[in-house]
Amino acid sequence: MSKPVALLQGTLDLLVLRILALEPMHGWAIAQRIRQMSSDVLQVGQGALYPSLHKLEQNGWISSEWAVSENNRRAKYYKLTRAGRKALENEVEQWERLSGAVTGIVHAR
Amino acid sequence: MRWLDIFRLRLRSIFNRGSVEHDLDEELRYHLERQIEEEIAAGKAPEEARFSAMRSIAALEQRKEECRDARSVNLLSHFEQDIRYALRQLARNPGFAFTAVAVLALGMCASVAIFAFVNAALIKPLPYRDPGRLAGVFESTPQCPHCNLSWFDFIDWKQQNKVFRSLDVYRDTGFIMATPEGARPATGARVSAGFFRTLGVKPAMGRDFNSGEDRLGAPRTAMLSYKAWKQRFGADRNVVGKVVTLDGAGYVIIGVLPRDFEFAPADSAEIWATIDPSQSCEKRRSCHGLYGVGRLKDGVSIESALADTKIVAARLEKLYPDSNRGQGASVVPLTEVIVGEIRPILMVLLSGAALLLVIAYVNTSSLLLVRSESRKHEIAVRTALGAGNGRLMLQFVTEGLVLVIASSAAGLLATRWAVQLLTKLIPSNLLARMPFLQGVGLNPHVLLFAAAVGIMALIVFALTPVIHFAGSSAHHLQESSRSVSSLAWRRVGSKLVVVELAIAVVLCAGAGLLGKSLHNLLTVTLNFDPDHLATVHVVAPPDRYANKEQQVALMRLVISRVSAMPGVQSVASTSLLPVTMNGNTNWIRFVGRPYDGKHNEVNAREVSSEFFKTLHAQLLRGRLFTDAEDLSKPRVVIINQALARAYFTGEDPIGKQIGNTALAPDSIRTIIGVVADIREASLDAEIAPAEYEPANQNPDSEFALLVRTSQSAESMLPAITGVLHKIEPGMVTLDEVTMSQRIENSPSAYSHRSAAWLVSSFAGLALLFAVLGLYGVVAYSVGQRTREIGVRMALGADPASVYGLIFREVVWLVLAGTAAGIATALAGFRYMHDMLFGVQSWDLSTMGAVTAILISTTLLASYLPARRAASVNPTEALRVE
Repeated sequence: MSKPVALLQGTLDLLVLRILALEPMHGWAIAQRIRQMSSDVLQVGQGALYPSLHKLEQNGWISSEWAVSENNRRAKYYKLTRAGRKALENEVEQWERLSGAVTGIVHAR
Repeated sequence: MRWLDIFRLRLRSIFNRGSVEHDLDEELRYHLERQIEEEIAAGKAPEEARFSAMRSIAALEQRKEECRDARSVNLLSHFEQDIRYALRQLARNPGFAFTAVAVLALGMCASVAIFAFVNAALIKPLPYRDPGRLAGVFESTPQCPHCNLSWFDFIDWKQQNKVFRSLDVYRDTGFIMATPEGARPATGARVSAGFFRTLGVKPAMGRDFNSGEDRLGAPRTAMLSYKAWKQRFGADRNVVGKVVTLDGAGYVIIGVLPRDFEFAPADSAEIWATIDPSQSCEKRRSCHGLYGVGRLKDGVSIESALADTKIVAARLEKLYPDSNRGQGASVVPLTEVIVGEIRPILMVLLSGAALLLVIAYVNTSSLLLVRSESRKHEIAVRTALGAGNGRLMLQFVTEGLVLVIASSAAGLLATRWAVQLLTKLIPSNLLARMPFLQGVGLNPHVLLFAAAVGIMALIVFALTPVIHFAGSSAHHLQESSRSVSSLAWRRVGSKLVVVELAIAVVLCAGAGLLGKSLHNLLTVTLNFDPDHLATVHVVAPPDRYANKEQQVALMRLVISRVSAMPGVQSVASTSLLPVTMNGNTNWIRFVGRPYDGKHNEVNAREVSSEFFKTLHAQLLRGRLFTDAEDLSKPRVVIINQALARAYFTGEDPIGKQIGNTALAPDSIRTIIGVVADIREASLDAEIAPAEYEPANQNPDSEFALLVRTSQSAESMLPAITGVLHKIEPGMVTLDEVTMSQRIENSPSAYSHRSAAWLVSSFAGLALLFAVLGLYGVVAYSVGQRTREIGVRMALGADPASVYGLIFREVVWLVLAGTAAGIATALAGFRYMHDMLFGVQSWDLSTMGAVTAILISTTLLASYLPARRAASVNPTEALRVE
């Protein structure tokens, strides 16, 4: 479990920001959403997720508050801040440059 | 806005740790529960679901730790932990802690204390406006490069120079001040009217001297120092305008100088008056009694000022050949005049203290090395348990910080005490000449320096173990458990010991040379006997003893009354006591010899007939004069051997005649005797030619009394001054000390003594540190090689060969350290020649003795661990693992 996390280091932040751009949600839901949206390709363990969430919060890109969850229990909801939105744009742009470059090389003949 | 939020979050993370922790727990628990629910929904049994969820959320604690890291909560709590851990580590090893703190504190104390003096004397700017533009201005002759100006020369220099915005003169003097309690001596100075304006000093009260107040016939005015205003005039707010009687004449007080005003070259003068051109010395161009201070015009350098002043001096030389032949000029920065003398000793002491500090750094860091070596196992365990490299380094930095803080606190306390002690050890007569040292202490400058020393120490201590462990992240538990002596450590550790030994050699050699200089200085030939000799300076009121007959009568009365005291063997007077200075000179010319116009400058002393007998000085040829040879008799003179050697090579001086440069008839005197060279100047100065004239033929109202006593001279002093005051209540007495005290407190003796003692204590500490360092290395190496030694002994090696094994290692270190030290000393001591007296910087016996001391102490230090090694029991040694 811990190996792919290291690979995903920067990417996970991007994914979290992207998911939170849809709507505020708690950690568990974020993990589920990533799994669904990637058709089970990407599985984010809580071991990587929560440190990432706390780091993003410390950066001021997301904020958190306690709210009642869909199963009627207290859960910590995260939502994107304005700075987070800007950061997301940045991250997306970088990701596109990176993935474009990698794709270019991989498919080069 | 965003930054504010972030800041708030950080604060919360740090200060509201409880609630943050609670949130974290709850958040992760929520996740766990959802996971379990999902597993159950997928059809697992609840227990199994719980177990598998727990497994998937592996190492819950570690996750929490990572979250805490992300919140940087850890930095602070780690720091707290590290400090607690560091304190525990130090407490567990109090010997190490004490040694490290003591060594470092001593090193800091020495360097910071000396720096406090260096700062006060050499770094702090002089308390005048734009002090960098101030210059000391002197006349110069071959014998006396920075000599006094005469009043007329000063006036010409002032008018003709093109380089000084203003030029003024000062001379220190003393006054007899009339007080309700009777006549009291007061220190004083006479200055030209613009003196304070040139310095840029404004009076705190009243006004400055107006220009022209130093002219003939100007009303007499005086300014008071702040201290004199407080102590002598009770801080009287209405003091300005009052009249004070000085030397029998009334002076109107016109102002009080500011509290922080000081002017070292005029000692700490209490009363400042203007130059009085009606005084005898100011009436002659050849009488040199003044020192100049000038403010340079903008853009003029000291060099061009000197060149211009030399042109003026040369012009005067041509114009007034009688008085000005050979009188050149000298212009130096005023700081040079004020601190030039103590700069060499301070630089020597600062270098010594710096070396001691380096050795303290090296010593502590080698102690740390030894300790980190023995902590290899601990480090390996902590690495295995997941401590990151950064985390370990932070731990070392923290430990260094704890050490540095402890030793800085101890060091600063010791420094405060040391500075007080050192200031107290300066004789008061010298302290008066160095007013800039009165504010010495732990001021912001010094504390800044102390902080720099501490930070350096921190860097050294944090880096030592870090360097040691850097790149060895692959320290495995396995490897560390076997105590294989680390080659890397032995290389670094032994290099450090060589550095320590070399520094110790340099300091010991320096101490040896300074000690030898001091010994030479104190055993220098005086050609008189300083024991049981009381001295006192006598000033009779000049207005009541104005003519020569009155002065002769007073001197005779004083001598006869004091001679009649019980316990007094003989009494004499002189115009200037021995071991004071070269100066108060005459220019002499020889009757019956062609004259080339050269200034033959000789010390001139007016002494009473018993002078040589009282001093126990030796008459070599001819005769002494008698009390009867006074103004009514032909003038006679006694010369010293140096004068005879300089001007009477190959002829008998007895019966020859000398006079002044014009050979004026009333100046002609006949040489009647030659005495051995009495040391007139400071102990380390050259013996200059001197002539001794009968005081009865050239008297003064001011003289020094020499009293040879049969009991302790010091105990006689109060009685002697008592008798003097009974003879003439208007007379003041000054500087009542014994000749031995006088010599001991003389500037040259003091500077050599303090240099010798301080550098010796630095050297002693350095030697101790170096030997400790060597002992540490050898003891450690023996400890590491216990197994090897056991094997060797089991295979038949005898104790002697074990000793050999250890000593071979030591001998190389000691030889390398000694050689490096001697080489450094030889190269560096060339700059110390100012502080050496009668000994060369490469003095063989000193270097030999230092080498011998170093080798014997280091061998002794390595003998103890070697003996332990040789007494190793092979069976036990092999069982050590």
